[in-house]
Amino acid sequence: MVEADSSQTITEKIFSAHSGKRVYAGDFVLANLDLVMAHDTTCAWALDSFYKIARKVWDKKKIFIPFDHAYPAPNVEMARLQSAIRRFADEQGIPIITDGVCHQVMSERFINPGDLIVGADSHSPTGGGLGALTIGVGSTDAAIAMATGKCWFKVPPTVRIEINGKLPKGVFSKDVCLNVAKKMGPAGGNYKTLEYAGETIRSFDIPSRLSLTNMSAEMGAKAAIVEPDENTTEYLNRNNRPYKFIRGELSSDKNANYDKVVHFDVSNLAPLIAQPPDIDNVARVSELEKERIKLDQVFIGSCTNCRIEDLDSVASIWNNRRLSPGLRVIVSPASKLVYLQALKKGYIDLFMKLGAIVTYPGCGPCLGRHQGVLADDEVCVSTSNRNFTGRMGSPKASIYLASPATAAASAITGFITDPRNYLS
Amino acid sequence: MNWLFGDNINTDLITPGRYNITTDPVKLASIAFIEHRPEFHRNVKKGDFIVAGENFGCGSSRETAAISLKHCHISAVLAKSFARIFYRNSLNIGLLLVNVDTERIEEHDRLILDIENQTLINETREIIEKITIQAMMLRLNREGGIIPYLQKHGLDRLSDLERF
Repeated sequence: MVEADSSQTITEKIFSAHSGKRVYAGDFVLANLDLVMAHDTTCAWALDSFYKIARKVWDKKKIFIPFDHAYPAPNVEMARLQSAIRRFADEQGIPIITDGVCHQVMSERFINPGDLIVGADSHSPTGGGLGALTIGVGSTDAAIAMATGKCWFKVPPTVRIEINGKLPKGVFSKDVCLNVAKKMGPAGGNYKTLEYAGETIRSFDIPSRLSLTNMSAEMGAKAAIVEPDENTTEYLNRNNRPYKFIRGELSSDKNANYDKVVHFDVSNLAPLIAQPPDIDNVARVSELEKERIKLDQVFIGSCTNCRIEDLDSVASIWNNRRLSPGLRVIVSPASKLVYLQALKKGYIDLFMKLGAIVTYPGCGPCLGRHQGVLADDEVCVSTSNRNFTGRMGSPKASIYLASPATAAASAITGFITDPRNYLS
Repeated sequence: MNWLFGDNINTDLITPGRYNITTDPVKLASIAFIEHRPEFHRNVKKGDFIVAGENFGCGSSRETAAISLKHCHISAVLAKSFARIFYRNSLNIGLLLVNVDTERIEEHDRLILDIENQTLINETREIIEKITIQAMMLRLNREGGIIPYLQKHGLDRLSDLERF
């Protein structure tokens, strides 16, 4: 029998396991890390700090350096950053991995339930969809972590988000994310873990969970987490990773102390869209459809939504239809694995014959760095996670965030369009 | 001078992604708010304050946002609240952040930040506000950031941060 006052959240359990003492929200820990990630921009900013405090990394097998934000380099400045990182990686014996968006590649290959990981990228909470604590840091923290294998933290309090109800047809985990963001706001998760639970979450496959944990960064969350289950086992095993879920091993105790518990019923949820420039500026797609908002670009990609399941929904909507003439439609599969899966399913053939631009896996358009930068007054529907002013290019451009299905339906009409009329 | 900003000032407004491709702090200082408030990088002076609302620095983990502001040589960022990664980055590089109610501060108010006594004095309005600057923020600010601190005291002193 566990006493009430010793009950822990999943977050407190993972921090305890990585710091060798029983800790609770608010405690300071110097924790041992399972993995450190820094990518083709944040790693460059970490190098100077790293060499000031160390010569060799703590464990070259536990450092993951992906080139994804702008790869291959679109300009001399990016090429210089990547060249500096490559020299560092070669010297340390760390392979540079260029197989897609960092969070997707990490989910496919490296993140295990119960892990404590830091990533020099704000969307690091993504990995929480696999039951790990994956926390975003800056480059200096990444440098210290690469040198020592450690990072200091204040154990965050947990907000439990219970989501129940069966999603209606045409409504996806992205719509659930936007619904949560609308209520929580851009700082609703600041300094906290968002723990997702409830029957809707249990029914979600891992890719759907990863979209939710990913978008938690937009609410300021330090981490996001979903208790592992049979779906976690299935996903990891499918990706050739040994794991077997044991009930109760990584769950919050019944009497765990939550900062608060928030409930959502999604059984009547409609497709949603975040209007510029804030994540909580959320409306129903059907409402905006009436406004006939003309689009210049549709981007299907990013760490939020370009897994094979997302492309399944895009392909089913685009099959036997045409894309709006003159519209730029960009599809960036989230990883090389996803690209190869799409190739095998005939999607790349379909997308390219329809006139879509299929890019090498990477982040480019989401942060306005390459392969799809917006001009003044252009309007884009994107499956990514940020609609900040200037995020994807000109500060005079407008970015709307929606599910892959909404993006796909909008690509057919050239206007923001409710996907429910286009489902097969 | 005080540069007034609202709530949720994100890192794409501070150092937009497209400009954010250099490790040179001086170049980074020259892109601070380059599109959101172009006069900022041209007119900001040593000792100026940035005065903002809630959730300053939200968005990306890019440390360049904090580096850029530090190399504009502002005194501090005063805000009602800060986003987590920006706060941590600022701690690490020694950029002073102060949590304070900024509602009544105007652009030309003369502010004095008395770190020793943890007060913010608005001489123009004759208001003295009690502020709390976290001990780690103060210490790392004095040390010039966490890297100079670790260089001086050794890597194993990472665990001392708790006791500041």
